[in-house]
Parts: sequence; C-alpha cells; structure tokens
Amino acid sequence: MRSAAEIASDVKSGASSAVSEVTQALAVIRARNEDLNVFLYVDEEGALATARRVDERVAAGDDLGSLVGVPVALKDNLCQVGVPTTAGSRILQGWLPPYNATVIDRVLAAGAVPMGKTNMDEFAMGSSTETSAYGPTRNPLDPSRVPGGSSGGSAAAVAADMTPIALGSDTGGSIRQPAALCGLVGVKPTYGLVSRYGLIAFASSLDQIGPFAKNVTDAAMLLEAIAGHDPMDSTSLPEPSPSLVAHVGDGVAGKRFGLVRELVEGADDDVVASVTRAADALRDAGARIVDLSVPEFRLGLSAYYLLAPAEASSNLARYDGVRYGLRIDGEDVAAMNEATRTAGFGAEVKRRIMLGTYALSAGYYDAYYGQALKVRTQMIDAFRRAYHEADLLLGATTPSVAFKFGAKTSNPMAMYLSDVFTIPTNLAGEAAISVPFGTGEGGLPVGVQLLGPGRSEAQLFAASRVLEVADGRS
Amino acid sequence: MSSPLRREDVAKVAKLARLALSETELDQFTEQLGQVLEHANDIAALKLDDVVATAHPFGLINVVREDVLRESLSRDVVLAMAPDAQDGRFAVPRIMGEAP
Amino acid sequence: MPEGWELVVGLEVHTELKTTTKMFCGCLNAFGSEANTNVCPVCLGLPGSLPVLNVHAVDLAMAIGFALHSTIASSTFHRKNYFYPDMPKDFQISQYDLPINSGGYLDLPDGSRVTIERAHLEEDTGKSTHLGGSGRIHGADRSLVDYNRSGVPLVEIVSGPDIRSSAQARAYASELRGILIATGASDGRMEEGSMRMDANVSVRRFGDPLGTRCEIKNLNSLRSLQRAIDYEALRQVELIEGGGKVRQETRHWDEGLGETSTMRVKEEAEDYRYFREPDLVDLAPDEAWQERIRASLGALPAERRAVLLARLSNPASSQLDALEVVVDLGFDSFVLAAIDASIEAPLALARAANELAASIENIANLSPESFIATLRMEQDGELSATQAKTVLLEILEHGGDPRAVASAKGFEQLSSDSLGATVAQLITQHPEEWARYREGDEKLAQFFIGQVMRLTSGQANGRAVIAELQSRR
Repeated sequence: MRSAAEIASDVKSGASSAVSEVTQALAVIRARNEDLNVFLYVDEEGALATARRVDERVAAGDDLGSLVGVPVALKDNLCQVGVPTTAGSRILQGWLPPYNATVIDRVLAAGAVPMGKTNMDEFAMGSSTETSAYGPTRNPLDPSRVPGGSSGGSAAAVAADMTPIALGSDTGGSIRQPAALCGLVGVKPTYGLVSRYGLIAFASSLDQIGPFAKNVTDAAMLLEAIAGHDPMDSTSLPEPSPSLVAHVGDGVAGKRFGLVRELVEGADDDVVASVTRAADALRDAGARIVDLSVPEFRLGLSAYYLLAPAEASSNLARYDGVRYGLRIDGEDVAAMNEATRTAGFGAEVKRRIMLGTYALSAGYYDAYYGQALKVRTQMIDAFRRAYHEADLLLGATTPSVAFKFGAKTSNPMAMYLSDVFTIPTNLAGEAAISVPFGTGEGGLPVGVQLLGPGRSEAQLFAASRVLEVADGRS
Repeated sequence: MSSPLRREDVAKVAKLARLALSETELDQFTEQLGQVLEHANDIAALKLDDVVATAHPFGLINVVREDVLRESLSRDVVLAMAPDAQDGRFAVPRIMGEAP
Repeated sequence: MPEGWELVVGLEVHTELKTTTKMFCGCLNAFGSEANTNVCPVCLGLPGSLPVLNVHAVDLAMAIGFALHSTIASSTFHRKNYFYPDMPKDFQISQYDLPINSGGYLDLPDGSRVTIERAHLEEDTGKSTHLGGSGRIHGADRSLVDYNRSGVPLVEIVSGPDIRSSAQARAYASELRGILIATGASDGRMEEGSMRMDANVSVRRFGDPLGTRCEIKNLNSLRSLQRAIDYEALRQVELIEGGGKVRQETRHWDEGLGETSTMRVKEEAEDYRYFREPDLVDLAPDEAWQERIRASLGALPAERRAVLLARLSNPASSQLDALEVVVDLGFDSFVLAAIDASIEAPLALARAANELAASIENIANLSPESFIATLRMEQDGELSATQAKTVLLEILEHGGDPRAVASAKGFEQLSSDSLGATVAQLITQHPEEWARYREGDEKLAQFFIGQVMRLTSGQANGRAVIAELQSRR
C-alpha cells in the first residue's frame, strides 16, 4: 500500500482523488474485515461523503491539509458525531456521540478521511484485544496470533493495508505494544501534547492518543496534524503543534542513547537480539551508546496497576444506565445501576474497577493509591537522572513477539507483564516510540523502543528514521 | 501464600462499585485481585514519607476559561440517547434514599 | 433551650455563583430554563468529556474568601465518588484537603463572632422530581432528572460549631447572605435554591463534651432554619432526658408538619474515595490576581450599615429597620447621596426602604440625582408625600426627569395664594377648632391638614399647610 505522504501528494496534484483512495480502502476492508475483525463499524457512507468534500476543496484550489485524501482508521474510544462508538464494550452498544473528539476535528481539517471505528480491548483494558465484547481481532501477519492491545484493531488496520495510518490510545503501552506485534511505527506522545477531549477515558493521568503508521514520516505527519494546545482539555500543553516532519531526517550524530538494562531484562532472546542490533545501527550512524540502569522502572508495573484501575473505577462510574447506553431495569435505580453494569462490563473491566475501588477506599488509600502516586514522582525523578547521562533511551517494547490467542488469558498477571517496558513512560508523562527492527520467532516482527523526555518527539522521529533505514525498510 | 484480600472485602467493594458477583466470581476475583495486590505490596512496603505526589508532570497550573457562553446541545439530541425519557427529562426507576 | 442545656450548631451553606456560564463548561447558568436545554457533553458527563474551570467562579470564590477574612491558598480539586442519578459522572468535582479558602470569621450585628472553617468550590448536581407517591422521594415509582443545574458553580461555606441559638443561626445566615450579595457572588434567592443551608445540631449539658450531632439538610428559608433548629434541639433534649441516645444521622425538615424526621438510615457510612481530580490542574492565584479581587470588593453590609448609622441622629426604631432594608437591598448609596444633598435622613430612608424597594428590578432607571430632586420637591413643599411617591414609582417604571414627570401628572405646585385661600376658608368653616389651635393645641394642625388634603385631593404639602397655619395664628 502507498504511504500516507504519497497518497496526499497524489491527491493534491490531481494524480488521484480522495474518492478513489477511499474506494480502494473500502475494497480491502471488505475483503479482509470478516476474517480479521478489525473494524467494529465501517462508515462507508460517511467516508465517501467526506472524500467528495475533500475532492471539491482540491478542485476549488483551497488551502489543503497535509493528509488530504488519506484514509485513516480510528480506535473505537474516540467519539465521532453520529458514528457508533462502543469502546469495545456492551455497555455502550448503539451509542452515537453528539460531538467529535478534538483529534477527529483536526484529522478532518488536515483533509484525511475517517473510515470507521476499530476494535479494542474493552475500555482499553488489555494487551491483546481479547477482552473486546465484540470478539478478538486477528494479527494480519499471523491470524492465529493476537495483534496486541488495547489498540489492536487500529494496528491491524494498518498492518492489513486497509488504511495507511490509524489513531490509537496508549495508557500503559496500548499503542506501542500492538505496533511492535504488527510491525508498525507507534507513538505515545508526551502527556498533554495531544488533546484528550473526546477520548473515552480509561486512566486520565496516563491516557494519550497517538499514531500508527508503516513508516516514520507518515507517523510524524499524523502526529503533527493532531498535536497542539486544546482549550477543551485542561491538561493539554500550552504550545501549538510542534514541527516534526521537518526533523525526521536530522540523524543521530553526536547523540547519546542510554541502553537501559531494566528495559530488556526478562525479554525473549529474539527481542534482546533486535535491541542489540538496533544499538549497533545507532552507533554506526554516529551515536554513542551508554549502558544504564534505572532500577525504579521495576516498580512501574505495581504502581500502574494501582493508579490506572483507581482512576478507571471513577471514570467508569458514569456507565449506570441512566443517560445513554445499555439499561437493564431494576426495582429501583440502584438495582438498575447494578444490573446494567453487571451485564454491560466484561470480566477484566470488572476486575480493574474493583481493584481501583479497593485501592481508593478508606483504610487502604495511603498504602496503595497514595504510595503509587509517590512512586510516580520517583519515576519522574529517575527519568530526569537518566537524561543527564543520555539524550534518549533504548530498550525493548514488549517481552515477546505476537503470542497465540488464549496464551495469557488464564492469568491476569501474565497479561499485565506485557506492559513492563512501556509503563514507565506513561507514569512519567514522557514520550516513546516503537519502531520495527528485525524479526523474531516465526519471522514475526520485533519492535524496539526509543524513549525521550517530554516534548522530544522530533528527536525520537529522527532516531527512528535512522533505525528504519538500517532495517532496510526505507 | 494466602491472599491479602478477603472475600468480604471483595463483596463490599463490588457493592460500592454497583457490580453484582456470583459466588464463583467472588471466589475467582478474590484470588486474582489478591495476586495483583501481592505485587502491589512491594509498593506498600516502601518508605516514601518525604516524597510528594506529582500533580501534572509538567507543572501546569491555573488553566481556566473565560465566563463566555457556548452553544449547548439540542434537547432532542440529548434525549435521543436516553434509555427512557419523559417530559423532557431522563426517567429512572424510583430512587431510594436522598443524596448523600 | 431547656434549663441547663446548651445548643451547639454549625452551618453549611451552599451558594450558587452568579456566573454567566457553568463551572466547567460554557452552558448557561440560569434558573427556570426548560428542562435539559442548558446541557452539553461536559455537564452531562458524556464519555470523553473534560472539565475546564470558569475563571469568574474562581474570582467570586476569592471575593467570598476576602469578605470572610479567610486565608486564600493554592488549592486542588478532588473527586467525591458516589452513585446518584442527578450526578452525571457519578462523582462530584469538589475540593477536599486543599480548599481555596480556609479559616476566617463572620461578625454578627449583635457583636458575636462565628468562625469559618472553609469556603470551597464545587459543582452542583442536576435536579430530580419524583412521580407517584406524594411527590416526595419515598413512595415514588419513577423519578425524572433535569441536568440544567448540573455543573452550576457552587461555593460551600462551613462554619465552626460556634452557634448557640436558633436566632444566632438565623442572624448568621442572614448576614452571610448579605455578604454573598454584596460581593456579587450570589443573588441570595433561597426560594430559587441559589442559597441552601444544612444545619448540624447537637445539645449538651453545660460543661459536658460535645453531644452527637444530627444534620438537617436543605433548609431553604431563614424561617425554616430557625424553626428546624428549635424543633431538633428540643427533640434531642427530650430524647436524652427520656433515657435515650441521639443517633448520628441525617434528618429532613418538614415545613408543613413542623418536625424533623429520619431520612433513610444507611447501614454504613458512605466511602467517597476522594482522590485528586486528574483532569484539572492546581489553582494557585498569584498576588496580583488576589489583589485585583481584594481591590474590587466594595464595602460589606456591616460597614455600610455603620456608615449610614453615623449619618442619623437619634434614629427611631422604624429608621433602624429601614436602614437594614436599605443596606440589604444595596440602596445605601442613594440615601447617602440624598443626605449629602441636605435631604432629611428619615425621609430619604423611608422613600428608599419603601418606594425603591417596591421596584428593585427597575432601579437602573433611577439616578441618585433624580432621587434627590424628587425628595427635594417633597421637602420644599412642592410635592405632597403621595405625589412624591408616585413620581418615584413612575421614574422607576418608565424613566424620566422628576420635574417633567410631576408636571405631566398635573402635580402643579399649589401656589401659596391658593393654599392660603383654602386655609382661610377652612378657618372660617371651623371656628372652634381654629380657636383651640390658636390657644396652643398642636394636635389640631393635623385636623386642618386633613381638611386641606380633602379639599385639594391630596395635592397639598403638609409642611406648607403648617407654615400657612402658623403664619395666621
């Protein structure tokens, strides 16, 4: 499939049209969606209408955005007017949002064409898309395996050549891990770089929306289109969207990369091998590799599995059958709330709601939630110290290549461990990117992870580009 | 090692969260949540008295908006989402007890 | 209170803030709109919505803090988590351990002081009505919810447990209301629910430690407040004297029955699981911001009453009553301007407390200059009292210049000639009364004034008549 940059260029020049691109995308989706279960809703009518409007603007010689005519897939936790949005849950079945998430408005302003809503772990809680109430998504590279999660559908859409770009969300690794398992570039931006207005919340202080793409430049284009201050999100950074695409070719000469022990320990051999070779590639390009240890990273998993469920337990309280979504009646409103939530939420969501409620409850707050907040401060300090020694950090994205369905579902802890390398970045609110580098078991792709301080996306893209070239995928 | 979490705790928490659990689920969740909390005990055990929780990672403060009117949603749109509505309002089964 | 017993009361007052829009979104903040017409994704708590703080609400909260002598500090927002259908998110954004205002006090007219523990910001809930049953919550089949009020900004003001009588509670609430109106924070309309009161009531024998308290919720008039506290105090005393124990609970005041009753008792206390609101950032108003608010604060009711009082000499109790009304309604500037322009204080007070008070919503139509001009015409005898009142009400209703209005209404100045002729005629007609007046019976002046009024259809000016009588004595 052509890249987003190529499509935009062709549509701008008249060599192609938005309608033609969208029609092609719809054909691929139609051919593969039933097998892979990527899209929960394909907005055929809406996409064609949007495409026609884009073509009109092109014909009129209007000022066009960077992604004109490019089909884009949207994770189903992004609110889009009049389009069914479920967050992968039964409890929002049939809900039509009356407003657009800010990122959707920005994607439209850039001339891109939303194609529909992709499958995800229910309320973004999972690492394999197996907790979706609408069935799992299959990894297009090997349909017996998971695409990762929670943004498995968005990753699969790009990996299956349905769309060149997609948006997902990342709370503990939910963009980077599926990107790694599907051989894609996936970015978790600095906390606050991208507006969360219209993102169905999982853990408010950790969630960020970010791009999936097959190559670094496309990912940078999409992130540039959606980033920047939003007055509708109090936690959004004050500055406008940074210049990212222009820096993709900056290279890494003279940069120090910290190879962090705790970001490879416990990973499978094939993954470790990829990270080592990635370090070599960076060195060949003029960077210096420094061995680092950040022991605080080991606390990340425990802190995350207290903080995230705690915030989620509160964010998901609104699903009570009163104003929208599923309602199962009861003899009084409390009984109705209970019947609705019991029927509407899956087991993983219930587990995390209860875990979070417990961590916040009287008597346990200090020991669990309160402590986790402090560990977060320690994580931020640990990163700060690491960035005295290095400009960016390097490690694995996830311990293994894509795993088989059911491999980790019998024991929640086993699944949680998939996030061990990605979680620290979310806790600190900083930026990270997963880049495909090499293959592992069964020829499946391996992702390596580059981490940077807040607002370092330009440098991360530049380093990712170096790896992309070295990996022979330029 | 036995779970730090007791069955009654899970039952109480489920009620607080408006979730009804079967007996089997109660047992299952008690064990699973117990395992997660055991991992969490390494956090609970840390001596962090001098550490202060961080509010926003980049220190944002005083984010406010002007007191200016914005368009509201139309009532038709709002009530179209409602599982049950009457007289322009959302209808629910009877509420037992006043608000806390 | 019965002999030997002491009443201990703390009040929690919630006031809606007089902002144009809601606390966290740009929906209209107004009373009485059609149900669910002032709502948006944010105040409905739709999935994906986020709150953004209204700066005007912060300004008003700080104004309240200054008025109550509180310490204004950096603050955070917390979530108070519980399920209730009138709360769209099933949590309320409020302030917990770091409120914007802490400490402070309120001095009452009787000289007593009530401490303030805190005054913090939070969002209001929606409103539910109950169908079936008696329209009250118990026995209803269904409830209907309107979210227009959801997200309206509130400040909750918590007093210390310093109040010792229901009268003092009432005075505290009244004085607090005056302050909230004076700072522009609230319109103080209890009947519309923009100011709501909860009373924490306990009793103890003098010298004993504090007794168990009961919370009486949602009192929405000064009268209910006082009556409810009186009832509850007696109920608790009788319970204890009868060998019982006061149970800590929330009670509801029934205005019709005149009694408090238990609201449904919960098996356990609610666990609100407070934690810092992650969708908002900390509030840290700097010195410049705080100073701007402090400087914009006008004089508060207590000070304004004192200023006005100082301009009165030997005020009768009716004047003191009028003074309270005048300050309460914010008309003291009119009265002071009039006094400065040599209008007699009792006259200025009376006209402000009565005529201006009758047309509060139109006060913008009347300038202090017009007020003074009208009263000067009355004071100088050009207008009777009745005529002056009519002119004021006319100006309030439709605007206009006092002389022009008087002339248009045919309030011609009764020339001294025609008045003299009228008085002379009455003297001739009532020789006995005239003789007694001449001998010093001042009461008969009233008789002659009454007669003059009758003959001139109320157009004469009382003072002018007296002057005429005296000149003929």
